[in-house]
Amino acid sequence: MRAAAEPLLSVRGVETYYGNIIALRGVDLEVSRGEIVTMIGANGAGKSTLMMTICGDPKPRSGQILYDGTDITAMPTHEIMQLGIAQSPEGRRIFPRMTVMENLQMGASLVDPNHFEDDLKRVSELFPRLKERLHQRGGTLSGGEQQMLAIARALMGRPKLLLLDEPSLGLAPLIVKQIFETIRELNENEGLTVFLVEQNAFHALKLAHRGYVMVNGNITMSGTGAELLKREEVRAAYLEGGRH
Amino acid sequence: MEYFVQQLINGLTLGSIYGLIAIGYTMVYGIIGMINFAHGDIFMIGAFISLAVFLLLTSVLGFAFLPVVLLIVLIVAMLFTSAWGWTVERLAYRPLRGSFRLAPLITAIGMSIVLQNFVQITQGARVKPLPPQIRGGITVMQGSTEAGTIVVQLSYMQMIIIVTTLVLMTAFTLLIARTSLGRAQRACEQDRKMAALLGVNVDRTISLTFVMGAALAAVAGLMFLLLYGVIDFYIGFLAGVKAFTAAVLGGIGSLPGAMLGGLLIGLIEVFWSGYFTVEYKDVAAFSILAIVLIFLPSGLLGKPEVEKV
Ligand SMILES: Nc1ncnc2c1ncn2[C@@H]1O[C@H](COP(=O)(O)OP(=O)(O)OP(=O)(O)O)[C@@H](O)[C@H]1O
Ligand SMILES: [Mg+2]
Repeated sequence: MRAAAEPLLSVRGVETYYGNIIALRGVDLEVSRGEIVTMIGANGAGKSTLMMTICGDPKPRSGQILYDGTDITAMPTHEIMQLGIAQSPEGRRIFPRMTVMENLQMGASLVDPNHFEDDLKRVSELFPRLKERLHQRGGTLSGGEQQMLAIARALMGRPKLLLLDEPSLGLAPLIVKQIFETIRELNENEGLTVFLVEQNAFHALKLAHRGYVMVNGNITMSGTGAELLKREEVRAAYLEGGRH
Repeated sequence: MEYFVQQLINGLTLGSIYGLIAIGYTMVYGIIGMINFAHGDIFMIGAFISLAVFLLLTSVLGFAFLPVVLLIVLIVAMLFTSAWGWTVERLAYRPLRGSFRLAPLITAIGMSIVLQNFVQITQGARVKPLPPQIRGGITVMQGSTEAGTIVVQLSYMQMIIIVTTLVLMTAFTLLIARTSLGRAQRACEQDRKMAALLGVNVDRTISLTFVMGAALAAVAGLMFLLLYGVIDFYIGFLAGVKAFTAAVLGGIGSLPGAMLGGLLIGLIEVFWSGYFTVEYKDVAAFSILAIVLIFLPSGLLGKPEVEKV
């Protein structure tokens, strides 16, 4: 029996290396069902590495990752994703020689095809720009459009846990606002659990229920979004001058 | 004119066989960026299995109805080469994935030598004959010259080869373009990491690519056997080099490119033999390849850049 309060995702003492270089130095964090959790940190802190480690590529050298009560630490990536995790990764990774439609179909690889039409309609409403470009090749989309597609593609997988690596990167402030609004709506209306990594600390922490700060492969601070926003260290390092 | 049409028919027939083999090269290259040098030998194995099964069915078991016999032969050959393609990938290539680029290439050459020698030792180095099974044909056109009348023939065998190839290539193009398996293959080709993030089993998809290429090579093997009536352990090398050339000419990694390249190499070879000298037919094919690559480094239908991750 699983207690209802058990987190959907827990990362325990995870250490990840690239060759001999350590990137994560024993990371602990938890994401509960229905939460939006944000992680902020400087360039090279290890945020993307954590996102990818959760998805099994690279594998941690030590530590444990539990998702929905299952130990996924040693599972191959495609099996982890089958459990209901989707990621919009760093760099967007749109398939350049596939159309927008095909990219979305790839996102729905693990979903019952009967849902496709409805889900397509839903993401088209979220991102009307994509709807106009369904037959355009992914590689020819603008950076912002690619970012939208990456998020839409992740949503097509009907995830229980959505991982977003810098969803605001390269987007105009208005679009950023829209995307964050969308994330909030998905969270409130559908109970989607979201773990996102952001440079755009102000908006991200305002959006999140809780947040973590990562420095050099370590979690150095955690707390509610509002708490973190008030902390002097956070303001100095991630907010001053960076506020939109 | 009649002579030209006849050569055209012959060239298309040969080109079909090259095209079917070339698909195996191009798909494997597309998905893992490796030239599978043992692919030509899978074609050779396909021809040998076909011959063995054919003789078993007709001489030993006494089956006489040719269409059924050929169908069984084809299925057995495809199953066998598929299993072989899967095994080779699993044992020889997969463990090397992620090591330096040359490693699987060297292994592939090794696999090719192993296969050739295995067949040479077990089957002997001499050519194996098969009497023509499908005779006759239709007269396409007739013309008279001062030397006498020339009859342009399209044999039933040529017809079967061209039609089978057309059907297979159409089916294959649709498979790659429309099905979820084809989409997964293209996804692995473009970004393997992302494909895995979307739940695609990358290893399985790569295995299936090898299997598909091997099955098509078996079809080519059977058609080669029926068309020429003689095979030996070395046909895989020659046809493999030609088909590889075809794949590069068409643009390696491109499916329509492989088909186009196959047809072109077949046509060049046949026309060169027909109008100039048989001896230099291979030189002609390779020279054209060299010239095309000077002006179009990524082949006729190739993509200008292949971004590798
Ligand atoms: N494939 C790799 N091979 C070697 N080192 C790597 C690799 N990927 C990341 N690193 C290193 O690991 C560290 C953490 O990188 P990571 O991409 O996780 O940072 P990040 O927090 O996402 O940074 P950013 O905000 O710039 O995206 C960096 O020092 C980086 O150089
Ligand atoms: Mg990053």
